[in-house]
Amino acid sequence: MSQELIDERIGKEYSAGFVSDIESDTLPPGLNEDVIRFISAKKDEPEWLLEWRLEAYRGWLEMPTPHWAHVDHEPIDYNQISYYSSPKSFEDRPQSLDEVDPQLLEVYEKLGIPLHEQEMLAGVAVDAVFDSVSIGTTFRAKLAEAGVIFCSISEAVHEYPDLVRKYLGSVVPRRDNFYAALNSAVFTDGSFVFIPKGVRCPMELSTYFRINEAKTGQFERTLIIAEEGSHVSYLEGCTAPMRDENQLHAAVVELVALDDAQIKYSTVQNWYPGDADGLGGIYNFVTKRGVAHNRARISWTQVETGSAVTWKYPSCILRGDDSVGEFYSVALTNNRQQADTGTKMIHLGKRSRSTIISKGISAGRSSNAYRGLVRMSPRAEGARNYTQCDSLLIGDRSAAHTFPYIESRNPSAVVEHEATTSKVSDDQLYLCQQRGLDAEKAVSMIVNGFCKEVFRELPMEFAVEAGKLLEVSLEGSVG
Amino acid sequence: MLVIENLHARIGDEDILKGLSLTVKPGEVHAIMGPNGSGKSTLGHVLSGRPGYEVTAGTITYNGEDVLALETEERARQGIFLAFQYPVEIPGVSNMEFLKASVDILREHRGQDPLDSVTFMKRAREACTLANLDHSFLKRGVNEGFSGGEKKRNELLQMMLLEPSLSILDETDSGLDIDALQVVAEGVNNMRNDTRSFVLVTHYQRLLNFIKPDYVHVLADGRIVRSGDASLALHLEEHGYAWLDDEVA
Repeated sequence: MSQELIDERIGKEYSAGFVSDIESDTLPPGLNEDVIRFISAKKDEPEWLLEWRLEAYRGWLEMPTPHWAHVDHEPIDYNQISYYSSPKSFEDRPQSLDEVDPQLLEVYEKLGIPLHEQEMLAGVAVDAVFDSVSIGTTFRAKLAEAGVIFCSISEAVHEYPDLVRKYLGSVVPRRDNFYAALNSAVFTDGSFVFIPKGVRCPMELSTYFRINEAKTGQFERTLIIAEEGSHVSYLEGCTAPMRDENQLHAAVVELVALDDAQIKYSTVQNWYPGDADGLGGIYNFVTKRGVAHNRARISWTQVETGSAVTWKYPSCILRGDDSVGEFYSVALTNNRQQADTGTKMIHLGKRSRSTIISKGISAGRSSNAYRGLVRMSPRAEGARNYTQCDSLLIGDRSAAHTFPYIESRNPSAVVEHEATTSKVSDDQLYLCQQRGLDAEKAVSMIVNGFCKEVFRELPMEFAVEAGKLLEVSLEGSVG
Repeated sequence: MLVIENLHARIGDEDILKGLSLTVKPGEVHAIMGPNGSGKSTLGHVLSGRPGYEVTAGTITYNGEDVLALETEERARQGIFLAFQYPVEIPGVSNMEFLKASVDILREHRGQDPLDSVTFMKRAREACTLANLDHSFLKRGVNEGFSGGEKKRNELLQMMLLEPSLSILDETDSGLDIDALQVVAEGVNNMRNDTRSFVLVTHYQRLLNFIKPDYVHVLADGRIVRSGDASLALHLEEHGYAWLDDEVA
């Protein structure tokens, strides 16, 4: 394939890369206590939350930037980032979706996420977050009938202060790590979900994150609480415009699954990955963690194809006896992308069980690392973990790494780890081509096959989307 | 019609084909026999366009089209099919998904409407039955965990579904027991008609007991040294290849 053709394809490949010309109210770059006071005041927050933020900020100032991940990027100047950006029309907050600026709704239409309820995917409620604010949540009335709360975290702070105060930071403490501390100080919006005791959430919930404004960071905060015996399935999707400079996305997600509750959290992450030479793209530094109480189950499924640099370890603290943690991951890197991703399974409860299935695909000159910790605590009698970690290389300039950490302090605990590394072989491509398929179609089919175990964990509507996303992300990976 | 003239081909520094000429008309079945290392498999791969095989001289045309100017997948779309001697596995990609993608693209190229899923499934199941493979093979990964014989029958399954106009069977008979051999032969015989041609690359005469070839060619040291009818294969069976040495020299 000629270089021109390849360039053309790469130019086309990121379809969500458009910028929307929407007037916004953006804070000048820089970070100090006044900025935090501004954000808090803008959101009309109670005093305790401002103090909570400031405490996190003071902690953050003392923390060193972590360097242990297998990624390499220019140091981030935190004073060059704007910490708050809101579409201007939000000064007078719309009371319902009907009042939302039609131009904003168009942005989501263009991304394939219609926010008008009548046009929505049947049975999926959506919260859309644009830069720093939530622009609307669909199907709220229907969810309320079941007692389910699904709103932006800013609204939750006002409407359900006791719940927020009780659980915010309960899973990821303010000073947990550098990026979590930063998020705790400056988080602007995100989703809040509460499923009451014994309720099975009647539809899929999803949040769609969009960065639009230049030089802004997105710091969302998501909190999901599933009371005893309740069930919920939640999906998040992410895109951003194509820009030459790097943008920071540092989110925190906290899940609380009380006794017998089940939370399934799926992510399709497609932030702008930067161009073929590694210019631009999102730095995706995310802390995601859930606590599972007795017999509770937390399941993370992620399809990571975007971002210039990904640093992300959705984890489970298996606190309760017979609790279950799962992590299913597909991480694809192409061109100059770098990913260091994996999970932590912390087994505290007796007979707690965890499963880790990780599929890493590296193409172009990218680097893809799996990093996982399985810890069996002394009281985790009879706990079990099974880890399967597969890497697939495309071409001969990409890299795959595996860093498994296993700590077992209970002799009755069982930890199994399997790992493979393979290449898309010339013989496989030849077979496909001999049957009439072109090389790109062949590679995407082989990669999809490689990811099958993870895709089948995704909600149906999104499994198809994930497959297509892989196909697009792989364009230009075979010459 | 396939016309090969004075074909020279090499892999790396090694010359394998050294002036091979062959014409296969529509409806004909040609058997290519010959000792190990004579270039039989290379012929199949050069025809289908395997990367790494360099043609240094000669021409190949198929229905008037210059085959050597076409990409591998374009040759397949022209109706050239190779049944592999050692089919590779593609884990996680189901046979059905693979076959559907292939059938879709070939039909599109032939200007035919795409098959709806129900019709496709029906045909795929029928082909399975003919290939003596359980229908569950359609759901399994392409060749994933198949036995040697199952892989060969899976090649047959693909050939029956894709309906190529020129099929090259690269030692499809080797490693098959007599029952499986008959299944393959029946598959080929069912497909034979006035327009389809077959090139059977084989070591053994026994396949030709079940598929009667129109021509038998003996390949030695990269060239066809003897051509004849089906009786030539019987002669080879009885006398081996040694008697050819004098003639080649």
